[in-house]
Amino acid sequence: MKLLRMKPGHGEILLAEGDVEVPEQERELIEAFRRELDAGMWAAVPLQAPGGRRQAELVKSFQDVPRDAERVIFFPRAAGGAPATSA
Amino acid sequence: MKLALGTAIVVLVVLLWELARPHLRRMLAGYAQMLAEHRRRSALQGYDPGRELRAEQRARALLRSCVEESDWAMYRDLGFLRVWGAIGDRAQESPAYAYLIYPHKPIVAYVPATGELLNEYCVAFPDHSRPYGSARLPDSDDVLAKWMALNADERRLIGEANMHLPGRQVDPARVAADLSRLASWDRRRSQSADGSVRAA
Repeated sequence: MKLLRMKPGHGEILLAEGDVEVPEQERELIEAFRRELDAGMWAAVPLQAPGGRRQAELVKSFQDVPRDAERVIFFPRAAGGAPATSA
Repeated sequence: MKLALGTAIVVLVVLLWELARPHLRRMLAGYAQMLAEHRRRSALQGYDPGRELRAEQRARALLRSCVEESDWAMYRDLGFLRVWGAIGDRAQESPAYAYLIYPHKPIVAYVPATGELLNEYCVAFPDHSRPYGSARLPDSDDVLAKWMALNADERRLIGEANMHLPGRQVDPARVAADLSRLASWDRRRSQSADGSVRAA
């Protein structure tokens, strides 16, 4: 499993990578996961539904992440915004 | 005597203030201008087009790996994504409403059947750590963040957004043109899919 974070000026960065079946690696993943959530990030898991349809799921704890998920993507939490420029 | 002295001091202070005021005002205006210029230069120095381009390329690759092939093609060809609305009317074959996701612009809700614009949802994902001086994610990351949030929890994202009537930030004429481009794009895709099926 890879934990990725979207970052301005960079694109995604790899925060942590490991096998959830290996306790030590799982612990590292959990710690990295908590750090991001504590920093105010949202966590999303891209998924493929049984019919092949692509979906995403927002998760609030590591336990909510499907064990077979390949990636968790962190991004800044949504804020109501009103950019000054118009289309 | 004390009264006269006090009055004289007050008059003197007022006179000095009146004399100094234009000078102080000029000084403050100059300082504000200097500050603005400094900020502008810092922003320019912090901006690296090559870095931003590389960031956008990474973001596009990530978006492509997360959405359906047809959605990726839509974004690549048209510059926006359509997401079908999922609240209510789940039983209906064709969704009653849909969203257009533009990078760093409000999400636009509309009625696919008529093209009527419903609302604009202003939402941003500012990264306050500002790693390179800007809180803005690359364009495609912004689109992916909106797509994931809408897809996973439409109510939550819409709840976080500032809702406005259509036309506040996104020109309705542009949206109408985009919907027309999208309809043509859909037609072309379905025609080419039909062609492939027939050929097979």
